[in-house]
Amino acid sequence: MSELRERAAERFAQLGWPTPRIEEWKYTNLAPLAKVEWRTSRPPAGADETSALLYGSRAFAELVFVNGHFVRREGAPLNAPKDERHYADWERNVMVALNTANMQDGARIEIPAGTVVDGFIHLLFAGHGDGVWSHPRNLIVVGANAQVAIVETYTGSGAYFTNAVTEIVAGEGAVVDHYRLQCESREAYHVGNVTIHEERGANVTSRSIMLGAALARTEINVALAGEGSSITLDGLFAGTAKQHLDNRTVIDHVKPHCESHELYKGILDQNARGIFDGRIIVRPDAVKTVSRQENRNLLLSESAVVDSKPTLEIHNDDVKCNHGSTIGQIDQEQMFYLRSRGIAEDEARNLLVHAFAGEIVDRMKVEPVREQIRRALFQAMPQRLPERRVNSR
Amino acid sequence: MWKRDMLEIRNLKAGIDGKEILKGLDLTIRPGEVHAIMGPNGSGKSTLANVLAGRPKYEVLSGEVLYEGKNLLEMPTEERAREGVFLAMQYPVEIPGVNNIYFLKAALNAVRKHHGEEELDAIEFLQLAREKMKVVDLDESFMNRGVNEGFSGGEKKRNEIFQMAVLDPKLAILDETDSGLDIDALRIVAQGVNALRSEKHSVLVITHYQRLLRYLVPDFVHVLAGGRIVKSGGKELAEELEQKGYDWIEAVA
Repeated sequence: MSELRERAAERFAQLGWPTPRIEEWKYTNLAPLAKVEWRTSRPPAGADETSALLYGSRAFAELVFVNGHFVRREGAPLNAPKDERHYADWERNVMVALNTANMQDGARIEIPAGTVVDGFIHLLFAGHGDGVWSHPRNLIVVGANAQVAIVETYTGSGAYFTNAVTEIVAGEGAVVDHYRLQCESREAYHVGNVTIHEERGANVTSRSIMLGAALARTEINVALAGEGSSITLDGLFAGTAKQHLDNRTVIDHVKPHCESHELYKGILDQNARGIFDGRIIVRPDAVKTVSRQENRNLLLSESAVVDSKPTLEIHNDDVKCNHGSTIGQIDQEQMFYLRSRGIAEDEARNLLVHAFAGEIVDRMKVEPVREQIRRALFQAMPQRLPERRVNSR
Repeated sequence: MWKRDMLEIRNLKAGIDGKEILKGLDLTIRPGEVHAIMGPNGSGKSTLANVLAGRPKYEVLSGEVLYEGKNLLEMPTEERAREGVFLAMQYPVEIPGVNNIYFLKAALNAVRKHHGEEELDAIEFLQLAREKMKVVDLDESFMNRGVNEGFSGGEKKRNEIFQMAVLDPKLAILDETDSGLDIDALRIVAQGVNALRSEKHSVLVITHYQRLLRYLVPDFVHVLAGGRIVKSGGKELAEELEQKGYDWIEAVA
């Protein structure tokens, strides 16, 4: 393990902090983070009082981490993976290298073959303190034909930096429902990598909700490495003030008969900037691939910005793929309709924003998580009028 | 008995995109009256409806509109609605993701709050909604869909009338609610509006055709041409228009 850390540290030293000169980091510059002398820190006393985001007995099991340190577990006991193979690519992904070199605690869980977990496992990661960084490292191994829901929540207070890596291995026929709620402190930096490896017939849904942090970047790498496996990637990013929210996804269709369904929706207000950079690779062997990728964005102010870059890279002819992206504003006809029935302008706007987000939120299967995310989204979006007022008399 | 005017439009000039469409329109509606405005395409019928409801992009160039003695044109759209002005739209927009029943409850409670009345809870509201739904023959399953989402043209119009029935406006404006409706739907719409009629409620029916007026009999009929009311009369004027068309009116105007 220490050898791996050393090699990853060397790799990070070679590559350096990412800047927009690297294609994968075209829209996000982490150079300012390089200037900070980040330190690790023990959890401060009472640091896990983030009760509003905890599920307690509603979760099958709940693990709490503060500043990268395991603090406590509640609920059912969990098994550790027998085999710690690594799928997150630290040789090519610089921030995964940084995590690997400095990796701290995290959830290492194995769901035994054939086990259907009754409920969801919640992992909460809290960061506390200016200048504190943490490198949580999770490995979730789901055995053949096992089923589980995993929920990750990122939160905290202050100008800390979380650099998390989560690896999910879905064995043959495994079914995984994964949620990742990023609602970090508005002063914090967040970089997250989720690497999903799917074997034959596995079926994974991964939902990335990005609401917090001053600057955040989430990268989701999916390898459809077994025939007939499928992935659904849902994303929702809502930014306000000067938030910078970068979403990168890579879906690699390696084997035949795999499906990927991706829908990312962005809501950007004030001076926020959102990015969707989604790449789909279909390998020569991956015949009968079905792939759909869509990114839709809603801009609520004239100074909000979104960059949308869906990319298809197809290396065989026997595929069904489509992708697209849209950027729009609040529909003035819909706004007028709601107001013409007596609903106030700001409330009408909220209704329309939440309707836009609803497409992602409504289909979340785990009810307490869905409601938690709905609440978090409501709190994250400001309850005020848009900068550009609707032309009314 | 003297009654305060419900709506008084004086020399209204208005348009869109810098183009003047209403060129000095006068109209007075008193409580309890049903007025029909008829006219050829492009005469300014929809402009009038949209200006009264406060649709963005429509500009008032001059003139005034008093609603119960208050300056209607100064009120934001939602305040007009809360004060009791309702526009049944010609092309109701679809709003996927906004639940029909949630939306209407929010609207009704906004109106009630405005009048210092207690807001209805979910059960009370549903009771009221069910009762009003029967009037327009809408199935309850519509209520849990997105606003107008996937509704047929006729269903959208009936939904407008349903909303009107729930919100119980003092002044209902129907903007070509009859267009595209078959005879059964037309009867249902008329039935919905007739149910609202009382000495406190006024209705302004804007239409191109006379057929709705067979079921929804107006007290007054006005002919709008070239942005002005060129002729007013009783319900028999509608029949005359149906027989003769609009050409003779345009000749007069």
